[in-house]
Amino acid sequence: MKTGSAIALAVAVGVATGVLSHRFTRAHTASPATPAAAPAHAPAAFSPPPDSAMPNDEFGKMVRLGRQIFRHTGQYAPRYTGNSLTCENCHIDGGRLAHSAPLWAAYVSYPAYRSKNGHVNTFQERMQGCFRFSMNGKAPPLGDSALVALESYAYWLATGAGVNTKLDGRGYPALPRPAQAPDYARGGQVFAQRCALCHGTDGQGQRAADAQVFPPLWGPNSYNWGAGMAGIDKAAGFIKANMPLGLGGTLSDQEAWDVAMFVDGHERPQDPRFAGSVEQTRQRYHDSANSNYGKTVNGVLLGAHAVPAGGSTRNAPPPR
Amino acid sequence: MQLVRRWLRMATAPALVACVAMPARAQGRPAPVNAATIVQQGNGHGAPACIACHGPQLLGNAAGGFPRIAGQNADYIQAQLAALANGTRKNAVMLPVASSLSAAERQALAAYISALPVPAALPTSVDSGVSAASAAALSHGERLATRGDWPRGLPGCDQCHGPGGIGVGAAFPPLAGQPALYITNQLAAWQQKTRAGGPLDLMAAIANRMTPADVAAAAAYYAAQPPRPAPHAARATPAGSRP
Repeated sequence: MKTGSAIALAVAVGVATGVLSHRFTRAHTASPATPAAAPAHAPAAFSPPPDSAMPNDEFGKMVRLGRQIFRHTGQYAPRYTGNSLTCENCHIDGGRLAHSAPLWAAYVSYPAYRSKNGHVNTFQERMQGCFRFSMNGKAPPLGDSALVALESYAYWLATGAGVNTKLDGRGYPALPRPAQAPDYARGGQVFAQRCALCHGTDGQGQRAADAQVFPPLWGPNSYNWGAGMAGIDKAAGFIKANMPLGLGGTLSDQEAWDVAMFVDGHERPQDPRFAGSVEQTRQRYHDSANSNYGKTVNGVLLGAHAVPAGGSTRNAPPPR
Repeated sequence: MQLVRRWLRMATAPALVACVAMPARAQGRPAPVNAATIVQQGNGHGAPACIACHGPQLLGNAAGGFPRIAGQNADYIQAQLAALANGTRKNAVMLPVASSLSAAERQALAAYISALPVPAALPTSVDSGVSAASAAALSHGERLATRGDWPRGLPGCDQCHGPGGIGVGAAFPPLAGQPALYITNQLAAWQQKTRAGGPLDLMAAIANRMTPADVAAAAAYYAAQPPRPAPHAARATPAGSRP
């Protein structure tokens, strides 16, 4: 009951402050029904073309393959995917949704310098990082058909967007630091009330038939310690904008920070950049309040019990 | 007949108490419930046979909009019977039925019904109501089911109810092969607040973002889906060029 009224209040606040998406307003006027507003964000200025506009030629085939890899990553790029996540888990609506790190906004942002590896990265190199860290797998070689397909899909989604522009809705929203420091115990309560329904009380998600319907958020089948989502600030922004699925924007900033602290306060596969010891790895790659790696959380020194990076790709046969 | 049964029950009750109920009560266990009998014949004190509405194999009845319950998750069945009895899920037909089932009967029915087989395809008598849907509606329904309409805040139904709407766990019931009228009625119930929104009030929020065309399309699409996952589709051709 309490949760229900909290959502109702949050939705009401969203409506009152006028955060109706441009698209929704249009759909609304075109329809006799009066569906309630989604708790949406400020409208994104850019809209990717509809799937129905994909070209029916050789290029279109590559775009379609890219979309398949994006949505069913383990099935279409098994050699590079070490866990049971898909790209779409963190980039909702096939990489189309604003404030969910949409592909169209990412595509026009590269090449770019990244402090993560200290040099200018091409878009393909950026996606290599996704496979190595978020997918806990292996980086496809530059020019590999998996990367070409994903790049084609992203390029096509960005049709009409200006190169080297910072489009509204790019990345995840940066949340202001919360009033209280993010807290594992409070986050655990948020998780139990708002997240466990789908992700399970153990955070391992849920499967049906052959499919991972809800993704595991920690443990050996989730993203590894090197992933962007292992950063509490990134996770908080994603959660605030997009979680619970279909109810984005309903958690308070404090709740989003707390539950991000909780999710990223669990063990997960090792950082593939492991530098000999947990302490050194923290010093080199995780020296930030936004990383729990190398810290003791809930009595566990995180990183010290991590399974090796690479997941199922570690047992894959060597490339022929 | 009803009177005779009632008289018989009254006449035999003391004997039953003496012979059966006493030892059971002494051990703290209620008398055993025969779920199969309730399904076939009712419980004799208010709940009619389940098969009367839900069909001989409990696979549903499209014309009446009665859902398939065979193979449904046991916890989900129990939760719905409780909601139907306490009125948080308002349904004139099921209210007296659910109210006249004891807690033990609900539990036994949930276990029994959840274990009933789900065929790969529904008998044609069940899946009517699909042929009436236009190709355009089915195509719109497929898109809503598999992709949703995110600019309007609509997740794909499959994103929670599983691939092909086969159902996930205790909270996300199967949509595949449910009568179109049943799905339509439930979405309308959430819109009209005659059915509580469920966990996180999620379905109330989502139903209220759906237009009548969305509701009809999603219902037609799922009514046409096989209730059991299709045998594994042709394997994907993985990407990755060979060096």
